[in-house]
Amino acid sequence: MATVELHKVCKRFGSVEVLHDIDLALDRGEFIVFVGPSGCGKSTLLRLIAGLEDITSGELRIDGQPMNDVLPAKRGIAMVFQSYALYPHMSVYENMSFGLEQAKLSKAEIDRRVRAAATMLQIEELLDRKPKQLSGGQRQRVAIGRAITRDPRVFLFDEPLSNLDAALRVDTRLEIAALSKRLPDTTMIYVTHDQVEAMTLADRIVVLNAGHVEQVGTPMELYERPASLFVAGFIGSPRMNFLTGQLAAAEGAATYGIRPEHIALSETAGDWPGQVTLTEKLGSDTFVHVAADGIGAINVRVEGRCDIAPGTRVFLTPDAAAAHRFDAAGRPIVRAAP
Amino acid sequence: MRFATLRTLGFYALVLVIVVQAVFPFYYAILTSLEDGQALFEVNYFPATLNLANYRAMLTEGVFGRQILNSVFVASVVVVISLALAVSAAFALSRIRFRGRGLLLLTILSVSMFPQIAVLSGLFEVIRAMGLFNSLWSLVFSYMIFTLPFTVWVLTTFMRNLPVEIEEAAIMDGASPVTIIRRVFLPLMWPAMVTTGLLAFIHAWNEFLFALTFLSTDSQRTVPVAIALISGRSEFEIPWGNIMAASVIVTLPLVALVLIFQRKIVSGLTAGAVKG
Amino acid sequence: MSAPEGTSRLSRQRIRSAWLFLAPMLIVLFIVAAWPLGRTIWFSFTDASLDLMSEAEFIGFRNYLEWVDFGDGEGAWYGLLADQRWWRSVWNTVVFATVSVTFETIFGLIIALVLHQQFAGRGLVRAAVLIPWAIPTIVSAKMWAWMMHDQFGILNDMFMALGLIAEPVAWTASPDTAMIAVLIVDIWKTTPFMALLILAGLQMVPEDIYEAARLDGVPPWRVFRKLTLPLIMPAVLVAVVFRALDALRVFDIVYVLTPNTDATRTMSVYARENLFDFDQFAYGSAASTVLFLVIALITITFIMATRMDLEGKRQ
Ligand SMILES: Nc1ncnc2c1ncn2[C@@H]1O[C@H](COP(=O)(O)OP(=O)(O)OP(=O)(O)O)[C@@H](O)[C@H]1O
Ligand SMILES: [Mg+2]
Repeated sequence: MATVELHKVCKRFGSVEVLHDIDLALDRGEFIVFVGPSGCGKSTLLRLIAGLEDITSGELRIDGQPMNDVLPAKRGIAMVFQSYALYPHMSVYENMSFGLEQAKLSKAEIDRRVRAAATMLQIEELLDRKPKQLSGGQRQRVAIGRAITRDPRVFLFDEPLSNLDAALRVDTRLEIAALSKRLPDTTMIYVTHDQVEAMTLADRIVVLNAGHVEQVGTPMELYERPASLFVAGFIGSPRMNFLTGQLAAAEGAATYGIRPEHIALSETAGDWPGQVTLTEKLGSDTFVHVAADGIGAINVRVEGRCDIAPGTRVFLTPDAAAAHRFDAAGRPIVRAAP
Repeated sequence: MRFATLRTLGFYALVLVIVVQAVFPFYYAILTSLEDGQALFEVNYFPATLNLANYRAMLTEGVFGRQILNSVFVASVVVVISLALAVSAAFALSRIRFRGRGLLLLTILSVSMFPQIAVLSGLFEVIRAMGLFNSLWSLVFSYMIFTLPFTVWVLTTFMRNLPVEIEEAAIMDGASPVTIIRRVFLPLMWPAMVTTGLLAFIHAWNEFLFALTFLSTDSQRTVPVAIALISGRSEFEIPWGNIMAASVIVTLPLVALVLIFQRKIVSGLTAGAVKG
Repeated sequence: MSAPEGTSRLSRQRIRSAWLFLAPMLIVLFIVAAWPLGRTIWFSFTDASLDLMSEAEFIGFRNYLEWVDFGDGEGAWYGLLADQRWWRSVWNTVVFATVSVTFETIFGLIIALVLHQQFAGRGLVRAAVLIPWAIPTIVSAKMWAWMMHDQFGILNDMFMALGLIAEPVAWTASPDTAMIAVLIVDIWKTTPFMALLILAGLQMVPEDIYEAARLDGVPPWRVFRKLTLPLIMPAVLVAVVFRALDALRVFDIVYVLTPNTDATRTMSVYARENLFDFDQFAYGSAASTVLFLVIALITITFIMATRMDLEGKRQ
C-alpha cells in the first residue's frame, strides 16, 4: 500500500539533468531517509515531491492520485525546512495557524489543532513568542509543530537537524523518532547526509548518487548487502576498506571490500603482515591505520583502548564471511550459497 | 608628539570647515527670515532681531498655506501609489523567474536616467488629453516617472535578499501570491518601504520642472514653484525676507526628516546607486 | 523559465501572476515615460505648436537642420544644429557637468574620508553634512541668490573682509561669474550625495586589509593610494556616472539662479524655453530629443561597460 510513488521521474535545470529516471514506492507510515553526497539531488527530489519544483518528466502519485499538477498546499504534505523558515513577524501561534487559515478552517478548529500540536511538542508556553525569542531547538519544534497542524499524509524534512549543536541534535533526533511512532499513518521523508541519523531513524534508506537511486533498503540490508561499490563505501563508518590488485584478483573480483570492524588485529600472527602508521583513539574504539605489505593502506577498528605505537609490526586477519567482492563495474559478486 | 597634535588639530579644523560650509547657508536663511525692513539690508553674521513678520506675511497673506497643502498632498499620494505599484512589481521581479526579467529591470533602471525634459512635450500632450492640466493629479501622475523606477529597484533588491524558504513555507501553507505579499513580505519589508517612501517623498516635494509646466494658477502650485515665482514689482523690491521665510518653512520638515531617518536614508541612497 | 514540458500549475500560476503584478507598474511607466518620449521624438519631426499639437505635420529633419535658399543664389543653414545659442547651451552643459562632477568627487572624497574616521561627534557631523542634500534645489538657489546679492549679499561682504575681492561682484547677474555662481550652488548642494556614496564604498573595504598594511608598516599615504583608492574606485565610478547623467540634464538651479542669460543656459533650459516660452514646440522637442540621445548613449555605454548585475546572480 504505497502512499508516495515516483515513476521515471526526471528533473532538469535548464539543460542539466540532475535527477534521472527515479522509481520509488514508499509505503504508508514508513520512515524513509534520503542520503547521498552533497549535490546528488536529495533536496531536489524532496522539493519535487513537495511541489516546490516542477517535475520535468515522469509521474508522481500520492495515494494513487497523480500529483504533478497539484498545488503544494493541496498535496496533503508538510515540510520542515533546514532553516526552519518561520515567519519572523508572527508569533508561534500565528506561525502554526497561518496554513490552517489559508485552508479556511473555522477558528475553533484552528485553535484546537494548534493547541494539540503544541501539547504534543511541549511548546504551549511559547505560543505567544516571536521566533526571535526562541532558541534553535525551540524553533525547530515550532517548525515541526507548524507541519503537524496541517495533519499531513506525508511529512518532509530537509536536513532539519543540521543547524543544531551536537547534543541538541541527538535529543531532537530521538524526538523525531518518537513523533513518527505517534503518527503511524504518516509517511516521513527525511533528507540528511548524516549516516547516524539515517541508520537510526530510517525504516528504509534511499541512497542517491549523482541523480540516480543506488539502492533502497533497510539500514541493515544496506550495511550487509550493499548493491554497489558506492553504497558499500557510503554506508558504514569508518569507511569500508577497498583493496584492488593481486589480492582482489585472487578472490576473483576487481575490488575486495572489508569493513574496518571485520578485521582482527594481532601482534603475533595473521594473514596480512604490515606496519602501524597511525592510531586514532575515540575512547570507545580505536582506529588503527596499517600499511599492509604488498596490499596498501588498511583501516582497522579495534574495540576499546589500543595503545599500539606507530611503527609496530602487526598482522591482520579479515573475516572472510563479512568480506565483499565487486566486479569491474562496481556490482557485487554474489557469494555462492554455502 | 608635536606632529600628532598638529595633525589632530588639522583634522578638527577640516571637520569644522566641513560643518560650517554645510550648515551656514541654511543658518543664514533662517537669520534673514527673522529680519524685516531695513535690518534685512545690513549684513550680519549673528541674529540681531527676532522678527516673525515675514512668517506672518507668508502664512496669512496670499496662498502660500494652500500651496504647502498642495505639496503635502502631491508628495503623500505619490509615495502611497508608487509604493503600492512597486511592491507588487518587486515581488514579480525578485521572486519569479520568467523570460525577459533581466531586460525588464534594465529598462526600468534606464527610465530613472531619463532626462525629464525629454518627455516634457509628450507628457504635456498626455496630461492635456486626460484633462489634468492645472490639476494636482497631473503631478501625482507625472512624478511616477522618477519615483517608480527607484522604488521598484530598491524594493526588488531588498526582496531578493529575503530568504526563499520563508516564501516556500508560505506556498506549502497554501498562501496565494497576493497573500504572500500581504501577510509575509509586507511586514518584513517596512524598513525598505520607509526608506524608499521617504526618498520618494523628498523627491516629489522638491520637484520643479513638471510643477512649473503642468500647473498654471497660483492656488494650484506646489511650494518650489511658489518660492521660485515670488517676486517684487522690480528687481529692487524682491521680498527676500519673505522668500527666506518660505524657504525655511518648506525646508525645516525635510531637514527634520533627514536627521531623524539619517541611517535609513543613507542606506536607501546607497542601495539605489552603489549596489546597482 | 518557460520550458513547455513539465511546467506545473504552480509555475504557470506564478508566471501568470508575475505579469499581473507587473502590469500596473508597466502601464503607468508606459504612459508617463515611453509614450511621451515617443511623442517628443515625433514632435521634433513636425511643425507642431503648443496650441495645435494634434494638427502637427511631418516636416522631416527641418527642425534639426535645413538649408534655406533665399532665392538670389544666397542661402543659409537653419535649425537646431545651426543655432549658435544651442551650441552655446551644449557647451554650458558640458562645462557645468565636467566642473561640478569633478569638484563634487574631490570634495565628496575628502568628506567621506573624514566621516570614515572615528572621532567624537561623528554622528553630528554626518547629520550636518546631509543638510545641503535635504534642502530643495529651488530653496538652495534662492538662499544662495540672496547670499550672492551684489549689494547686500554676505558673500561679497565676506570676500571683501578677507581681501579676496576689491569691490562687490554681481555674482549671478554678471556673465563672467554667472556660471561660477551656478557651479558653487550645485557643488555645495550635491557634494553630500557624493560623499555618502563614497563613504558606503569605504565602509565595504574590510578592516583587516588596513590592519595587515599597518603590520607591514606601509605609510598612510601609500595605503590610501595603493589600497583604499583602488578598492573604492568602483563605488566612486558609479557615483560619478550617476552624477554626470544628473548634471547633464540640469535645469532648476540654472533656471532660478540665473534666468535668461547666455552665460549659463543649459540644454534643458534651452529646450523648455522653446517649448513653452517661445512657442516653438516642435523645435524645443528637437532639442529635448538630442539631449535624450546624449544621455541614452552614456547610459548604455555605462551599463555595457560595467556589465551590471541585473538578475542578482552575483553574490
Ligand atoms: N535551482 C537550481 N538551478 C540549477 N541547478 C540546481 C538548482 N537547484 C539545485 N541545482 C543543482 O542540482 C543538483 C542537486 O542539488 P540538491 O540541492 O538537490 O543537492 P543535495 O543532494 O540536496 O545536496 P546537499 O547535501 O548539499 O544539500 C546540484 O548539482 C545543484 O547544483
Ligand atoms: Mg540539500
